[in-house]
Amino acid sequence: MKIDRRQFIKSAAAVTTVAALPGAPFIRSAAAADTIKVGILHSLSGTIAIAEAAIVDAEKMAIDEINAAGGVMGRKIEPILEDGASDWPTFAEKARKLIQKDKVAAVFGCYTSASRKAVLPVFEQNNGLLYYPTYYEGQEQSKNVIYTAQEATQSVIAAVEWLAKNKGKTFFLVGSDYIYPRTCNKIAKPTIARVGGKTLGEEYAPLGHTEFSSIINKIKAAKPDCIYSTVVGGSNVAFFKQLKAAGLSGDKQTLLSTVVSENEIDGIGKENAVGYYACMGYFQSQKNPANEKFVKAIKAKYGQDRVVGDPMECGYTGVYFWKLAVEKAKSFDVEKVVAASSNLPLSAPEGDIKLHASNHHTWKHARIGRARADGQFDIVYESGLIEPNPFPKL
Amino acid sequence: MSVDIAVMQVFSGISLFTILVLMALGLAIIFGLMGVINMAHGELMALGAYVTYLTAHVFEKFMPSFMGVYLFFAIAFSFIVTFAFGWILERGFIRFLYNRPLDTMLATWGLSLVLQQTYRSVFGAQEVSVPMASWLEGAWEPVAGIQLPLNRLFIVGLTAIVAVVLYLALFKTRWGLKTRAVTQNRTMSGAAGINTDRVDATTFAVGSGLAGIAGSVFTMVGSTNPLTGQLYIVDSFIVVVFGGVQTLLGTFLSALVISQAQTTLEFILSGSMAKVTILLLVVAVLYFRPNGLFSSKIRQ
Repeated sequence: MKIDRRQFIKSAAAVTTVAALPGAPFIRSAAAADTIKVGILHSLSGTIAIAEAAIVDAEKMAIDEINAAGGVMGRKIEPILEDGASDWPTFAEKARKLIQKDKVAAVFGCYTSASRKAVLPVFEQNNGLLYYPTYYEGQEQSKNVIYTAQEATQSVIAAVEWLAKNKGKTFFLVGSDYIYPRTCNKIAKPTIARVGGKTLGEEYAPLGHTEFSSIINKIKAAKPDCIYSTVVGGSNVAFFKQLKAAGLSGDKQTLLSTVVSENEIDGIGKENAVGYYACMGYFQSQKNPANEKFVKAIKAKYGQDRVVGDPMECGYTGVYFWKLAVEKAKSFDVEKVVAASSNLPLSAPEGDIKLHASNHHTWKHARIGRARADGQFDIVYESGLIEPNPFPKL
Repeated sequence: MSVDIAVMQVFSGISLFTILVLMALGLAIIFGLMGVINMAHGELMALGAYVTYLTAHVFEKFMPSFMGVYLFFAIAFSFIVTFAFGWILERGFIRFLYNRPLDTMLATWGLSLVLQQTYRSVFGAQEVSVPMASWLEGAWEPVAGIQLPLNRLFIVGLTAIVAVVLYLALFKTRWGLKTRAVTQNRTMSGAAGINTDRVDATTFAVGSGLAGIAGSVFTMVGSTNPLTGQLYIVDSFIVVVFGGVQTLLGTFLSALVISQAQTTLEFILSGSMAKVTILLLVVAVLYFRPNGLFSSKIRQ
């Protein structure tokens, strides 16, 4: 087909006009101040992806809910999703991009302590704001981070006290060999002594260890009333399977873990975890209207067979904490939002919780659940609100 | 330490010994015969584990009454699948890299990454749980106080069978004769009319198949996720290198030394310190005997 110059200009002009017409209002709306950007920074690929992908789902759902209800101060939230790829330098780089280039008002993200430590200087230097959704070992407090999950003392002390009162006073501590289990046990040991109990043994297995027979023999030799476990990851599967094979299943031996949520039970195998206890801030089986609504919404959005664990709920509440703080401060400015966060209360799926007056952590309940055959937990104990204490005197 | 615990501790050592042997045998054969350092060996174990997982699910769904014996089928399927995969791998990939040890190492390492990501895409990054046959649950209690886990007894028995079959295959069959001939002198064997290409392919496939069996039975004691292979590969290499490549007897003895040292040290010290001590021991031995504990004497 031959096109002469005049015809070409005519058609080109028509195309441009058509393209510009619907485009124009779109461009204006994006440029106008009726959306506010936030970042979501988790691993969507790599080894930690599965744990973090579930948190992303919960955070996105919170944002969608807030947008459907009119947004924050009349502005819709526009989430920008970045992949930390289970790699700590990538986390830092993406955090810098979110704060400097996208100029996000807040970031919801990180899962492992290593990734949080990697982004911490970025948030502090650029005055960003991070909401961190995972239970962790404490020993940290930053003016630029809000911690919405339990720090170690909030679960360990409650768990040890409950075990000593209900299950017996001799303890055996088993953990993977890194900072979280070692800190938890540092908190557990004086607590055990305080309640009149005795620590019969303390064992650490290298991360990824799959051979627990010697440790199990040591447990058998010590005959503790309770095993307190902070074994994580694939090791947990091996540990639970081998305990069961050695005759220390949940109906014969009390074992409590502070790192096994509903999400982990899936991989451990429901039949291997039955009867063991977990201490968490949140369980999917909690009965209250807010939680029932939350679980229903997750299942409706992401599939009926999805389970909800503690970090997902903490990611979800983090978004709401930010919304409330912004509305209280009437500003998106980080300093003002942080100031407004002091003592901020929230009705979350896990119940009524509030942020601490000064240490950026969250007042939370400790709950102890016993694993059922269907992978859910029967809640056997619930504490009152526990004050976060990231720097306990040990 | 009471007698009960001592007995169970000795059994732990035997159990770990059989696990290490099962892990390392396939690697030792491939390493010993072809000098190929197969970094993807762990991922072949993971393949066996995933085949077991799939078999379990098929049985659960279509013939739940046969769940008790699914493991035997799973072990057979794992062997067949990894054997076939190993064959294809050797023919389509490894054989182009012979006599280039560094390239083989890099290439098989790349392959292991590809396989890991494939497992992650197909099965998800999270652990999958492989159900255990009910008759393997619990423990055998010969005397009160001594419990020997049934699944570990099963692994001990299976390893014994695998070892005997492998011994017979290597020393009593024509294939074994050819394989040993090629191991000792590739050029001369070729000149004597042995099809070394075919021996290579079969041997690589058998080594892979052994990895599949190992992966299959490890679902009973360990975890199954895309990175499972990484948990085993280091131990496998340590056993093979420590024992001295090219001797299967060395592999057995080195597995024995390492397993007994590890379980004993784990009991006396802690898990991490046991590992550290073992690694130091390996370093020291390799310093004085660079070819491993039991290297066969060949004129270079």
